[in-house]
Order: sequence, then structure tokens, then C-alpha cells
Amino acid sequence: MRVELAGLTLASPVLVASGCGGTGRELAPYLDLSRLGAFVTRSITLDPRFGGPVPRLVEAPSGLVNAVGFHNNGLEHFLATELPWLVQRGVRVVVSIAGTTLGEYADLARRLGSAPGVSAIEVNLSAPDSAGGGVLDVREPFHAGGVVSAVRRDLPRGIPLLAKLRGDVVRVVESARTVLEAGAEAVVVGNAHPAAMPDGRAGGLSGPAIRPLTLRSVVELHHALPDAPIVACGGIGTVADVRSFLAAGATAVQVGTALLHDPTTVARMITGLEGAAP
Amino acid sequence: MTPPTTTATGPLHVTATVLASRKVGAYHHVTLVAPGLPERFRPGTFVALSVQDEPGEPPARLARRSFWIHRVRASGGHGLTLEIVVEVVGPGTRWLAGLAVGARVAATGPLGRPFSLPKDPVSCVLVGHGHAAAPLFPLAERLRERGCGVSLVVSAPDEAHLLSALEARRSARAVTVVTGDGSVGLRGIVADHLPAILAQAAADVVYAAGPSPLLHAVARAAEHHGAWSQTALEEPLVCATGLCHGCAVPVVGEDGAPRMARACVDGPVFRGDRVRWADLTGAPG
Repeated sequence: MRVELAGLTLASPVLVASGCGGTGRELAPYLDLSRLGAFVTRSITLDPRFGGPVPRLVEAPSGLVNAVGFHNNGLEHFLATELPWLVQRGVRVVVSIAGTTLGEYADLARRLGSAPGVSAIEVNLSAPDSAGGGVLDVREPFHAGGVVSAVRRDLPRGIPLLAKLRGDVVRVVESARTVLEAGAEAVVVGNAHPAAMPDGRAGGLSGPAIRPLTLRSVVELHHALPDAPIVACGGIGTVADVRSFLAAGATAVQVGTALLHDPTTVARMITGLEGAAP
Repeated sequence: MTPPTTTATGPLHVTATVLASRKVGAYHHVTLVAPGLPERFRPGTFVALSVQDEPGEPPARLARRSFWIHRVRASGGHGLTLEIVVEVVGPGTRWLAGLAVGARVAATGPLGRPFSLPKDPVSCVLVGHGHAAAPLFPLAERLRERGCGVSLVVSAPDEAHLLSALEARRSARAVTVVTGDGSVGLRGIVADHLPAILAQAAADVVYAAGPSPLLHAVARAAEHHGAWSQTALEEPLVCATGLCHGCAVPVVGEDGAPRMARACVDGPVFRGDRVRWADLTGAPG
């Protein structure tokens, strides 16, 4: 089931959400990664990040609260090892980026935009633990627009920019309008919802618990901006969920927490969508 | 060193069936028919199970529950089976421990990097605490097949939490039992007895599994004695498959630089001299 998104033809409307597919290698035993719409990497920062203290994820009813804190080995390591591994296997790669300054976002965009095999950039504008993770805290739509402008300026024209927004229904339309005007080709709605770890640290709630929140945001956004390409993300766990989000106006979906519970989830979704609709 | 895990030999995700479940002391020994998994087992690998307390409903508890693989055995009619040791510590493990024969459970495994086996027939001391002694029994068998001398140390707070102490005598040439309350064997904690045990065995390699303070003590004692150590960590895992980056372990890379590894895919077995024990926080006691 092919879909067109931001000028790209994707093999499937199902993408792996940022931060839930490891480096790709860990998912490969359960899924032919080349069947994915795209693999969205965990957010890559310019410099290596050790991430936050453990525990980093805890169970909540029908969800997980996470405060991973951008654990990654930095841009150089990603370009030298993780990206080539994915590209060699024919995986369509969307690189999620996060930075502490507009300059860092621009650097990341420039370096990644010219790296062979990068299909698109996803700008993480909605990390629920941004303060704890030490990246730019995007609170207002105009902050998001500023980041998108900076990235768009340094990103080659042929590389689409996806802006990942909060799934906050109060601000989602305004945020989407701002980032689309600033040069984003599509919006991803949304991220884990701001929540607290049991000890009070900033974290994000994801999983089936937030699916109705995601759906509300997608419905309102599609109603307000019917032409905006939307990628739905947040609580999607079954083939029926995928169909309901596509019906609500999303062009594609991202699946994250469901993979942590069952690493074969996405393989079953892709196969299910290829079959006849029930 | 252990060859890297590849897709061909890597983990599988299957529906497992409970073949037997029996309570032994404080633990539940659960035998699973999990097609394809036992053939890929190597000591130190583990299996992750899903908690599904409302059949047919979407899962409410999303984190996996991970267990050491204790035994792989042929069972008439079912081929090879896996035995895991469940300690009830919360609702998820209570549900798993209470599964009836014939119940189905989603299982992923074998996961993680196993213990590395020595090429030569060296002297090995194996140290396990509580249910974490589980992977040491199949390890002892593999080591003995290679002609290694095997001394086993099993410890626990009390007798009820002592895993398979009787069987230990069949797996090793020397067995030391240590309990916190002195109900069986030596009284106290393993760390107090390690220097004498390592000296008596003339240990070349020390293998250990258990809570991080014990592993730290093992790594220190091994280094002091001049032996290699391999420590199997029991960090809390969420996805258990390397996807979520939740189980961070501070390590020193081969180049000497500090790094963050993941307990589930880079471990659970690490060389004891590679873990930055002082920075390892939040480990379960």
C-alpha cells in the first residue's frame, strides 16, 4: 500500500516512530525494514549524549512514561555507522534531529541533508523532556517556526522537512500553520505527552492511553488545514488503528510504543494493510 | 569473544505455551514450549514475556518481563523446552507465576549477549544470587564439557530464595552456599567469602549473575585475584530488545572512553572491568 508524502513515495503508510526502533539493527530480526514506509531514527544531536539517569521508562496504565534524555552517539557516529547500515539494507531513512540552539539545528540539517541515503529530516519540536534532555525548549508556535526556518535554510531543496509537533489539541492548528509557512512539507502529530516520572522528573506519556488525544488533534488539524500532509503518531498499535487514522485525514502513521511491547507489531500492520480491507 | 548476534541466529518472537509450573521455595519454575527458541539458547541469554491479564483486550501493561533461561530440556512430544525462574515482585510476575498449564504467552528470545566461554580448560568460579543463579547451571554444563574446573557459589537472603542448591552439587566439583541469615551454608554475603573461594579454586575466570552490588564485588575480587570476570546484570528492562534505550549501563569502551551501553543488547553479560560500577545507579537491590 504505497502513499505519497511530501514528495516521497513510501512503500507503506506505516513508519517506525523516533526513539522506538533502536538503531534499526535491533528491529531487523522481526521485520524486513525495507517494507517500512520509513524508519525514523531516534533524535540525533550534534554531540554524543549519555542520556538521563535510570529508570528511564516506567509503566503507566496502558502506557509508558519515558525520560530517556536523547541517548545517542552524536552526528559523526551516526553518519559513520548507523546510517550506512540502514542504507545498505534499502531502508528509507528519516533522520530525527534535536539541538540546543538554532545553529545546531542548522548544522545538523546541512550535514544530514547532503548525506547519501537520507530521505527526509524530522525536526523534533515536541520533546516532552526537553528541559531534562538539554535541548531547545519549544513552547510556542513561533519557536517552532523559528527552528523550521533555520533548518529549511540549510537543507537541500529535495530533502523534505517533517515537523514533529505536540499532540496538544489547543495549539496544534496554530503550530502546524506556523511550521508549514516556515517551510515544513509535512507535520507529525504528535509526540509523547508531557508527564512526570514517579520521582517528578520531566517525561512523556506514550502508548494506547494517548491514542484518543492523537486522534482528536489529527481530526481538528485535518478539518482546519485539509491540504496539510499529516503523519499521525501517538498510541497507534493495531491495523484497525492505522485505518482509523488514515480515515481521519492522516497520510501516514508512526508506530512507537507498540513496538516496545511487541517487536513484530509493524510487520503485522504492513501485511494487514496489504491484504483486503476487512 | 562471542560472535555478534545476527538475524540468522538472533531472537524470535513466538507464542509460547506453558507446559508446567511448579513452586520451589520462593520461586515458580515455569516450563515453556517456545518453538525455535531453545535451539538458539546460549547460557546468559534471556527471554522476554508479555503480560496479558485480559485475554483479547489491548495490553494494559506494556513493559516486557524478562527472565533468565534456566534450562533447556527435551520433553517427550514437545521437543526442546525452556525453563525460567519467576520471582513474584509485582502484578505482572504474579500473573505469569499463576499461569495454568496450556496458557499462552507472547515470548521473545533468546535475547542478549551470552557468557563468553574460554578456549582452554581453565578454572572457573560461578557466582549467582537468588533467582539470578539460573543461567549458571547451563553455563556450568558447557564449561565442564570443555574440561574446565567449575566451582559454584550460590547465595540468597535465606533458604527459600536459594536456587536449586541440591542440583548445584551435580553441576560443579565444589559448591559453596551462602545465606544472609545463615539458614544454610555460610552466613553473610558472598563478597566476604570471595577472596578465599577464588584462591582455593585458583580461579582464572569468574562468572557472576545477580544484583549490581554483588557483581561489583565480584569484579573487584576477580581483579585483585588476577582473574577475568564476566558479570550478567539484572537491570530493569522495558522492551528488552534494544529498541527503547531504557536500560543504560555506564561502561568503558575498548578505546578507554566512557560510553553508555544497553543492558539488553550490549549485555546482559559485560566484562567486569568494563562496567563503571560507581556510575551504575538505580540498580535493583
